[in-house]
Amino acid sequence: MAREITYRDALREALREEMYRDERVFLMGEDIGHYGGSYAVTRGFLQEFGPKRVRDTPIAELGIVGAGIGAAIGGLRPVVEIMTINFSLLAMDQIVNHLAKLHYMFNGQFTAPVVIRTAAGFGQLGATHSQTFEGWYAHVPGLRVVMPAVPKDAKGFLKSAIRGNDPVIFIEHSLIYRNRGEVPDDEDFLLPLEGAEVRREGTDVTIVSWSRGYYLALGAAEELAREGIDCEVIDLRVLRPLDIDTVVRSVQKTNRLVVVEEGWRTLAMGAEIAAAVQERAFDYLDAPIARVGSLEVPMPYARNLERLVVPNKDRVVAAVRQVLYQKQPVTVG
Amino acid sequence: MTSTVGGRSPGLALPKSELLEMYRQMVLIRRFEEAAAEQYALGKIAGFLHLYIGEEAVAVGAIRAMDPRDHLVTHYRDHGYALALGLDPGRCMAELFGKSTGLVGGRGGSMHFADASKNFWGGYAIVSGHLPIAVGLGLASQYQDERRVAVAIFGDGATNAGPFHESMNLAALWKLPVLFLCENNQYGMGTAVEYASAVREMARKACAYDMPAERVDGQDVLAVYDATKAALEHCRSGNGPFFIEALTYRFRGHSMADPEMYRSKEEVEEYRRQRDPIVLFRTRLTQEGIAVATEFEEIDREIEEVVAAAVRFAEESPEPDPATVMEHVYAEPVRVS
Ligand SMILES: Cc1ncc(C[n+]2csc(CCOP(=O)(O)OP(=O)(O)O)c2C)c(N)n1
Ligand SMILES: [Mg+2]
Repeated sequence: MAREITYRDALREALREEMYRDERVFLMGEDIGHYGGSYAVTRGFLQEFGPKRVRDTPIAELGIVGAGIGAAIGGLRPVVEIMTINFSLLAMDQIVNHLAKLHYMFNGQFTAPVVIRTAAGFGQLGATHSQTFEGWYAHVPGLRVVMPAVPKDAKGFLKSAIRGNDPVIFIEHSLIYRNRGEVPDDEDFLLPLEGAEVRREGTDVTIVSWSRGYYLALGAAEELAREGIDCEVIDLRVLRPLDIDTVVRSVQKTNRLVVVEEGWRTLAMGAEIAAAVQERAFDYLDAPIARVGSLEVPMPYARNLERLVVPNKDRVVAAVRQVLYQKQPVTVG
Repeated sequence: MTSTVGGRSPGLALPKSELLEMYRQMVLIRRFEEAAAEQYALGKIAGFLHLYIGEEAVAVGAIRAMDPRDHLVTHYRDHGYALALGLDPGRCMAELFGKSTGLVGGRGGSMHFADASKNFWGGYAIVSGHLPIAVGLGLASQYQDERRVAVAIFGDGATNAGPFHESMNLAALWKLPVLFLCENNQYGMGTAVEYASAVREMARKACAYDMPAERVDGQDVLAVYDATKAALEHCRSGNGPFFIEALTYRFRGHSMADPEMYRSKEEVEEYRRQRDPIVLFRTRLTQEGIAVATEFEEIDREIEEVVAAAVRFAEESPEPDPATVMEHVYAEPVRVS
């Protein structure tokens, strides 16, 4: 049995079910309790679970991530919410120098199963509130980094993240919380925290993306299908460990690849994917790999400028045409 | 807590024109913010919009006490500071509209007002992120023997963040001319001070750094003015930093997205009725025999027009030129591409 629910409700269900299942699971983060969560994911949780398990914290990202690490070592299962990924930079030291290192550095003696939930997104929020840093975290051995696009993955990944023994950076997106999708009706529905998924099969071009970018890719594929261009769309879902095999297999079939990401392209996921694909499938490529990302500027507030900066469906379409060597009026950014 | 009620305030010795100007600025901020809320509802303004309604006395009292050469850095709830500095309401509104005539050309929006010509080095939206910058401005002043004070304005919520404590220590250690002005509006977003801070009185946090501190009634513009004046004098004379906690209250939600589930309507109503800084100041000036009703009404009318003109200006201004989108990433030319 499955029901259609929103991405937000998928997260809510995952958290609630795991909190009922395991007393050690608790939430902490800024404005998750009395305010109800800045994206309403934890609305009502304080009333339902009480302040011991739903902990409003001061504005202290570094402190609460660190406290999460200690609590995890001490036997708990903390889910730390960082309001947006922009603020996670304040916790970078705890995440990179501490969380990611412990298990290896101490020879596997203990683990720190912390889940860090945070949200990327934009929408005229200006330079410091519109960023996305999944690539920064995916750079670091020891972290598992997931960025689900659909409600089913949101739920299955979050539950697995909470039950698993590795630290997980779980990145949501403010513009997809209302997206709906089928989610299995099973309190033990878990998804392994790895593996990309081919969501649309095609033969002409492979488009890879994740999170909200997946919807751009799908939109472009649907538009191009009307002119007979058949795109395969892969939702990467997990950025570390990276399932490059699925991408390579697809490229071996389509011989062309477009990577779509929301952030800056320099040293980002797309660069890694392109490098890995040319290592593994150079002889299969019929065109240079195209990367769609945002313009390399801090995000401007003005609506018209922001529209220029962020990738959109048209730019994905243009990139597909580019790898097909088709004539086009639009330039790819 | 310092208040001027029932006592004399040095601020009251200001010329009548200045006192009325303070009233005027507070009304300007109030009407400007109301207009911004309306324009937000109409979709002319987007993203985050944090209104300053209820807290006007802090910006107006503090900035009036500053020397024009003093530095200012603030958090994102920054429209009030810009208006109290005398920046053009039209350009402020145009920034909210994301227009090219805005304070920062539409690049910043509500949270990132700035005007270098006024030594207003910007509104910052990473909570507490601007406090180390204030320390650096104080350092530059001390280094160059300028006797300028760096004023940093921030909320109660910011005092729980690491950068706050690092900044307090640095400023105290090096005896820098920095005024830490904390607006304690009793909530950081939806989290009340009691859920976020082990110490309820922000001013007590200064003790850890041996920094002198004072708590003032932030709804009393004269109290804020007096306290700031004295604090700036302290900093300017080479005595190191000072900390002011202004007790205030925000009458509106944290941002336009706030469902306000964390506080009661009664609590907000109570403040609006009893502690409106504009009403309090008007009453005070009346009681002191400084001004009469018609004078306030005259100002109120003028402000209606100023704000209407600001909205018109914003509305009629052009959007930023798309061709400029890559400008100002670097100050020096980039030669490779
Ligand atoms: C480092 C960081 N964490 C979280 C946020 C989200 N946030 C924006 S404003 C705010 C509350 C700040 O409260 P306070 O300092 O009291 O200022 P106020 O808004 O009350 O004026 C929060 C949590 C942020 N902008 N930066
Ligand atoms: Mg506050």
